[in-house]
Amino acid sequence: MSGTIRGADVPRIVYLSVIPMLRKLLLIIIITGFSVTSMARGTYQEPEDFLSETFAGEPPEPAVIWLTGERKDTVKQILGHRYTSLRVRYWQEAERSVWILDEIGKDQPITVGVVVNAGRMENIKVLVFRESRGWEIRHSFFTDQFKQASLEADHQLDKQIDGISGATMSVRAMKKLATLALYLDAEIRKQNVPPAP
Amino acid sequence: MELTTFSSIGLAAALLANIGLAGAAMPSPEEMWEIIQQQQREIEALKQGQKENTEKAEAAVEVAEESKNASSGSASWAENTQIGGYGELHYNNLDSKKEIDFHRFVLFFGHQFTDRLRMFSELELEHSVSGDDQNGELELEQAYIEYDITQNQHVKGGVFLLPVGILNQTHEPPTFYGVERNPVETNIIPSTWWAGGIEFTGEVFSETVPGFSYAVSVHEGLDTNAGNNYAVRKGRQKTSEADANDLASTAQIKWTGIPGVELAATIQYQQDVTQGNDPTAGDAWLYETHADIQRGAFGLRALYAMWDLDGSGPKAIGADEQTGFYIEPSYRITPEWGVFARYNQWDNQAGSNGNDTEKKQYNAGVNYWPHPDVVLKADAQQQDNEGTSKNDNGFNLGIGYQF
Repeated sequence: MSGTIRGADVPRIVYLSVIPMLRKLLLIIIITGFSVTSMARGTYQEPEDFLSETFAGEPPEPAVIWLTGERKDTVKQILGHRYTSLRVRYWQEAERSVWILDEIGKDQPITVGVVVNAGRMENIKVLVFRESRGWEIRHSFFTDQFKQASLEADHQLDKQIDGISGATMSVRAMKKLATLALYLDAEIRKQNVPPAP
Repeated sequence: MELTTFSSIGLAAALLANIGLAGAAMPSPEEMWEIIQQQQREIEALKQGQKENTEKAEAAVEVAEESKNASSGSASWAENTQIGGYGELHYNNLDSKKEIDFHRFVLFFGHQFTDRLRMFSELELEHSVSGDDQNGELELEQAYIEYDITQNQHVKGGVFLLPVGILNQTHEPPTFYGVERNPVETNIIPSTWWAGGIEFTGEVFSETVPGFSYAVSVHEGLDTNAGNNYAVRKGRQKTSEADANDLASTAQIKWTGIPGVELAATIQYQQDVTQGNDPTAGDAWLYETHADIQRGAFGLRALYAMWDLDGSGPKAIGADEQTGFYIEPSYRITPEWGVFARYNQWDNQAGSNGNDTEKKQYNAGVNYWPHPDVVLKADAQQQDNEGTSKNDNGFNLGIGYQF
């Protein structure tokens, strides 16, 4: 048997009976997918918009916490490596603090917005996702698991977080960032770090 | 606080100095007011100095970090290039063999050309040494270009892993139980199964029912033959001058809408599974479905796969139906320790004309993760095969990693 069909030399794939099925499936996918958005993979919400949404349109002035001394070591222990900067910017109002943090999942950085309220996780949201797998972590069915989580004495989350099959690294990055935000929130409340001038 | 202390000391010193200068005479209210105003000016000057020092320190750190970033990413390609990999060493103590084998050594290379365009590749050395008369092979298992059509829709072209089963696309050693990959995803789903072609992937219904994704691909087909009993694993062409007379199409739908739960189904069609070389063979359909659940400490993997091969050739030896399934409960005792058991059953000649060729295998074992990316494994296996196929019993030890 060869590629010659009904006298015409065309690849067999052209007349495969499965093609109509695939064509229909693709049409559905393209229609549903394209109607969702026309942006490239990456930004789901700008950090500025996340801040504005969190603080009802009036975010406070940012402050900075320095990662020095014992704090630097603890951050390294939480992340498994040093943080990319010597200081972390945050926004604080009463008992709430907001953090915009980055961590690499498998090979690309994931940008996350975290809201901590009185030492407990109020909200965590994937703002920018650049990995080719693990997109599920941006959905609320995953991030809702973190709500009301706090830190135990050994800097572990006090809630069980179920992962996503095939997205181990992205899930691990989210856990690290949640832990980091809760730790830094405790630090600023403990040390009463003044806001930047 | 420091400023307050400093100003208090300064004020006291100034008062004492004035008292000393004036002898017994106290400063007048006007003089006191002048002293206070002078101290206030000094406080303001100190505050301003501290603010400037803070800004200078911030600026210095920013310059240092920018300089560090610039020097570490001296070339733009380096900033956008990623390296990873995994490997696994096995010790098999089985009836059929007693051997130590560095089964897989794998390196990943990826490069981000733009936000929307990237390359990913996987180069694998199997069994340590490749070449003529050697046990191993050097294989290019992935090498594709991927483009984001939209935020949630992507297309790739090149060599990629087919979207079927649990292990075929995710098989880094720390991610699964058992030293060796399970026999169903070896003999019925011929993992690692890669092919050259084009594939569309993405999410569907993400705004209404999040968690659904799909993959649809057209790619090189299998090329099996009567000499190997039409076994699908023997038909992989590995994109090495692959015969493309008969391409194959694969479609998968997957749901991951609950953390720790994956449900998926795959269908594949190929017009001629022998690439037209065997007139007694015909088209082939693959049906596969699986569940992969990890909720808290409890895990469960279950998979069923079946091939339906047309033609009198496969039918004559029972290879017209090739089928298998497994079920694998597991329990994570601690974050470091996990145990599992697995029942596997498969038959590459399960058709009505076949002999008794069904194979059954029981596995039970333990994984130990000293680090989330490093694993030590041990398992025992017991077979209960039908027909003339000998049982292959014993135990396996392994060490694996990923990065």
